Amino acid sequence: MTLEVVELSGLATIQDSGRIGWRKFGVPVSGPMDVFVFRAANKLVGNDSNCAAIEIGLGDITMRALRDCVVAVAGVGYSVSIYIWEFPLWSSYYVRAGWTIRLNKLDSGMWAYLAVSGGVQTQQILDSQSTYLRGHFGGLDGRQLQVGDVMKSGTSSRSLHDLAARTLPEAARPLYSDNPIIDVIMGPQEKYFTDESIATFLSSEYSVSNTSDRMGYRLEGVALKHRSKAELISEGMTMGAIQVPSNGQPIAIMADSPTTGGYPKIGTVASADLPLLAQCVPGRSEIRFRETTVVKAQKKYRELIDGLGKIEDAD
Amino acid sequence: MFTRKRKQKMHFKPRIVALGDSSILIQLGEEIDLAVNRRVHALASLVETSAIAGVIETVPAYATLLVHYDPLVFSFAQIKNILREKLTQIQENESRKPLQVEVPVRYGGELGPDLESVAAHLSLRVEDVIRIHSENIYTVYMMGFTPGYPYMGKLDDVLIMPRLETPRTRVPAGTVAIAGSQTGIYSIESPGGWNLIGWTPLKLFDPNSDSPFLFSPGDEVKFIVKRP
Repeated sequence: MTLEVVELSGLATIQDSGRIGWRKFGVPVSGPMDVFVFRAANKLVGNDSNCAAIEIGLGDITMRALRDCVVAVAGVGYSVSIYIWEFPLWSSYYVRAGWTIRLNKLDSGMWAYLAVSGGVQTQQILDSQSTYLRGHFGGLDGRQLQVGDVMKSGTSSRSLHDLAARTLPEAARPLYSDNPIIDVIMGPQEKYFTDESIATFLSSEYSVSNTSDRMGYRLEGVALKHRSKAELISEGMTMGAIQVPSNGQPIAIMADSPTTGGYPKIGTVASADLPLLAQCVPGRSEIRFRETTVVKAQKKYRELIDGLGKIEDAD
Repeated sequence: MFTRKRKQKMHFKPRIVALGDSSILIQLGEEIDLAVNRRVHALASLVETSAIAGVIETVPAYATLLVHYDPLVFSFAQIKNILREKLTQIQENESRKPLQVEVPVRYGGELGPDLESVAAHLSLRVEDVIRIHSENIYTVYMMGFTPGYPYMGKLDDVLIMPRLETPRTRVPAGTVAIAGSQTGIYSIESPGGWNLIGWTPLKLFDPNSDSPFLFSPGDEVKFIVKRP
């Protein structure tokens, strides 16, 4: 065993890169809310990008190392302390058996990831370790972590000393903000909305509702008007798709969302900006949307992922 | 009138549109229609059997196929071209022969609490609702809502019911339900707004099993009446 949960006030789950290949059967993809932080944390400890890590949101967690290991902690809105020292996020650390790793929630941001060299090892359910809370499967018995849980880790890809004290420089990270401007690719059902509503969507502020969760972020602002129907026959959807039900208040669907839906989608958040949306604070963040194209969005995403290659070893 | 409508259906020009920067939607029609849905499943199996590196997975629905792809492998123009070509290769008769699944159902009672109100609403006898519902062979048009949930149709026109005004917060797994021209079976305990008419002991979803799903999209389903 490598890690034990000793204190917990937040929502902590085990997530890998997602449950791929089962969406046609109605199984949500799950996986990390902020895929960039998740990939960064794995990369810092020398793991493949699909290794499982611990996602923490909404509160604090304290873990104890049960054997020597290297962990990385990355995210937005957390402070980290290991043993008796305070450390910055976005870095990897050598942790001795018996030491504690504390993540304390600060005001801004939403999600942090704790990755361990070799990855957290739990049973694979439908080819994935990701926790799907509503379905009660994946991770540890399909539930959130609780005090007393212990987790194994796999074999480290390199010596622990090689993997410790590495950092992802700030320039390679997304420009997180409490009130971000988020790129969207319009459609496929933008024709369902009046021209005025499209203009409203792209110019007004939306606050992220307190009722947001891993399934979706509910947005509140000027109501959008449908030309006629507010429903279509159900079709597949994806994380970041912004659907607008008849009340005109958009919902951005997130990791644990159902795979299909019947509300018109006004647009979809660009993959590169999904982390910005994910890290918004429900009840406080105000966001704006800006139109982009698929070509530009894909370029931005490629650049963001390339940035993960800029991890620096300690001098 | 009928022929004009048919003609319009035949002439629906497939649309291929972006859903964000890593999914692409192919729309083959605008309504719930068995012929359109068959083409969706034929296209899905064509795309899947082609095993295109960079295509992550596909999600067939009533009249659309959503293809999730890796934007680090394909540009939108590239994946669009590949799918446009696949569209020309659809051979409906070549698609997988649908599997037929028999589903035993106990209609009414505690686990089919809306059976009597459905019959009353439709001015039918309870026995007629059971007979009509269990007579047809349904197609699993698509799966969604919860893991393993089959959206099946088409229901006989006399059984068309509105959804409940107030959805239930808790519907047990295995509950057979109807709404609009569709019938479904709740695959896990979940909230639900459809009319509950019966219950099957079959497990629709078991994440720990080697065959986790009772149904696959495109399957054919026959309900078998079980008396208590």
